[in-house]
Amino acid sequence: MSEYDVIVVGSGAAGGMSAYVLTCAGVKVLMLEAGRDYDPVTETPMFEQNKDAPLRGAGTPDKPFGYYDATVDGGWQVPGEPYSSDDGVDFLWWRSRMLGGRTNHWGRISLRMGEYDFKPYSRDGLGADWPLDYADLAPYYDKTEALVGIYGSNEGLENTPNSSPGVLLAPPAARADELLTRKYCKDLGIPVIPIHRAVLSEKQDYKRWPQLLHPNNPLGQRVTREIMQARAACFWATPCGRGCSIGANFQSPTVLIPPALATGNLTIRTNAMVYEVVTNKEGNAEGVNFIDKLTGKQETVTARAVVLAASGCETARIMLNSKSTQFPDGIANSSGLVGKYIMDTIGTGVLGQIPMLEHTPAHNTHGASGMHNYMPWWLYKEQAKGQLDFARGYHIEFGGGRRAPGAGSFANLERLNGGNYGAQFKEDCRRYYGSFIGYSGRGEMIPNEDCYCTIDPEQKDKWGIPTLKFFWKWSDHELNQTRHMQHTFKDIIESMGGNVLSEIHDNGADAIKKPGEIIHEVGGARMGSDPQQSVLNEFCQSWDVPNLFVTDGAAFVSNADKNPTLSILALAWRSSDYLIAELLRRNL
Amino acid sequence: MTNIIATEHGVSRRMALKVLAVMSASGHAQAEPGILSLQRPDAKATDSMTDPNLRSPTAPWPRTLSEQALQTLSVLCDLILPADDTSPSASTLGCHEFIDEWVSAPYPDQMRDNELILDGLVWLDKEAQRRFKQCAFTALEVPQQHEICGDICAEEADTTHLQLGTDFFAKVRNLTAAAYWTTQEGMDDLGYIGNVPLSKWTLPPKEVLAHLKLTTSDIP
Repeated sequence: MSEYDVIVVGSGAAGGMSAYVLTCAGVKVLMLEAGRDYDPVTETPMFEQNKDAPLRGAGTPDKPFGYYDATVDGGWQVPGEPYSSDDGVDFLWWRSRMLGGRTNHWGRISLRMGEYDFKPYSRDGLGADWPLDYADLAPYYDKTEALVGIYGSNEGLENTPNSSPGVLLAPPAARADELLTRKYCKDLGIPVIPIHRAVLSEKQDYKRWPQLLHPNNPLGQRVTREIMQARAACFWATPCGRGCSIGANFQSPTVLIPPALATGNLTIRTNAMVYEVVTNKEGNAEGVNFIDKLTGKQETVTARAVVLAASGCETARIMLNSKSTQFPDGIANSSGLVGKYIMDTIGTGVLGQIPMLEHTPAHNTHGASGMHNYMPWWLYKEQAKGQLDFARGYHIEFGGGRRAPGAGSFANLERLNGGNYGAQFKEDCRRYYGSFIGYSGRGEMIPNEDCYCTIDPEQKDKWGIPTLKFFWKWSDHELNQTRHMQHTFKDIIESMGGNVLSEIHDNGADAIKKPGEIIHEVGGARMGSDPQQSVLNEFCQSWDVPNLFVTDGAAFVSNADKNPTLSILALAWRSSDYLIAELLRRNL
Repeated sequence: MTNIIATEHGVSRRMALKVLAVMSASGHAQAEPGILSLQRPDAKATDSMTDPNLRSPTAPWPRTLSEQALQTLSVLCDLILPADDTSPSASTLGCHEFIDEWVSAPYPDQMRDNELILDGLVWLDKEAQRRFKQCAFTALEVPQQHEICGDICAEEADTTHLQLGTDFFAKVRNLTAAAYWTTQEGMDDLGYIGNVPLSKWTLPPKEVLAHLKLTTSDIP
């Protein structure tokens, strides 16, 4: 008999949330993380400046998002752990190898999927429907938002759900470039509203929430109260992408793992590279095999249930590599859909220089580091009338301001001033500083049969584990949407009297970011209501192997323009509640 | 609450005190100390290139530019960003040394830049020879240096002959600007205000709203 009830593979959004919910309920959890242990308190370079970093903090292949980015041993490549793409495909797969995974560096954008987003097939005949409705997940969105702390407002816009009253933290006041964008977008009919981000704009109400989140559960209430007390509110400085030593934004190691540990029910093994789920004769999961990266030795651990939360594609890899007589094509793959219908978010960006912003009086524009405002998709009616040549929506992310100068802040000014040097160049740097705004689209991709991953028969990683190979093809929906984004951003910039600094592409294929590049890769073990058309049921439970769960982005059926992390967290909570009930019913 | 700002390295004691003052003023410090630690005391960076200690940043690669190259770059940097009443010259702030750090880095982009900078330096000295019969750009009179720079500072090269010089100059200008404006002196000159903890976040100051002609109706 194992000392653990549940093994959770991964420690990011999905693994952290699964572990938190399970341990609060008294379930004994072993968490396995492929990366190293990580201390957000002493390791985070909070106030360190670009001048002190190599290359002034510029991104390199070792640290692709800049020197101070929180990501450990990762980025587009993890040393010794390759992946491949089909001919003509350049899939990018961002990974990190650290406790908390990618939650340490993410953008903290936390948008709910709306009613439409759960039933895309019913609305336009494309893709597939989720086996649950918005109403099924709404209570979990509320609970997740209250637990992790999300700032924002309720605007009541179409397919842009409100949170329940009192759930959201106060939205921070808009910055100058956000106010300016809002003013000029009004004439274009584009709404600019407060965004929702996982940053504590104020201290959480630790007296109220623990009882509401864990009714009749003193343990859950205690650890939740303690983590809410321990986290500090944002002090409006230091970039979120470096992580946060005061716990003011959401990352699994500052929000979910400490309370889970405080229950006394969580054990963490880091440097534990899981490569397969072990099954018994009855076809149930018995545990997992992993390699201890420090010793290189293979180990087996067992439990009553296994939760895969390794990140969408890594989870698909583990499943496809879990081959046995019962599961010749990989575990829980009787549908043949493991690794299939992978999606990323459609992305493209345009940079503008806004003369109005030149010589703006010096002031602090840092705020909550990320956006305070954004534009949700606004053309639902036009789309319903068939006036657009793509089926799904996008939202706009944007940012500018008088930020801390970096290696690229004054690059290519010759495009504005024709090229000069000396006193005039110096004056131009002062003039153009803080006058740029970048607009980026984040749009919904429709899942298709040509976007998938398989085990590469020709490659293994340095641990001897077979690696993934990616296949990809955009449809016209994605490419046409990209073109629409490009022109919308040009219109916004020009309406402000700005200079469009990016080339505007009429062929979406020339402007769309690479597959995987937005780091929203989801799907690969999608849920559904038909076991032949899906890998999981609506509770993230495998149809084939009842004590195997997948709580990360692999479970996604569609990939709305809403950034996936909040939905991963909410789905993981809902799945964990169901898992607890099944354990209590002795069904697992 | 003191455990939240590690003071052992990186952050100054002054900054740590400032953070604590702000957090105390805004009610953050009301939480009972040490009630639940966010710390993982056993964790630390492995000090590899992909996992450096972010609290004590270093560029571990050796610098490769010659003394002569550095001298030429120092002159060029000062032509690009000279001293004025507000801030010092680029070489005073070590911009040429930053270019050395940059082109010596073991990464594809920087290795390409290294080639361009080395070729450009050769081109520049040859141009000094061709135009003014001097062995090096650094041996030229200042007006002569300006004459060459004036011909290679444009966005597009005027002639094929000037192509390499123009590409080189654009690269040196970008790197000089990168180095210059990230220094404390550069940030002060620009009026960068940030990287300081605040107890609350508010709308931009009135003079900013006025500069942008934003009125009450433009503010939500």
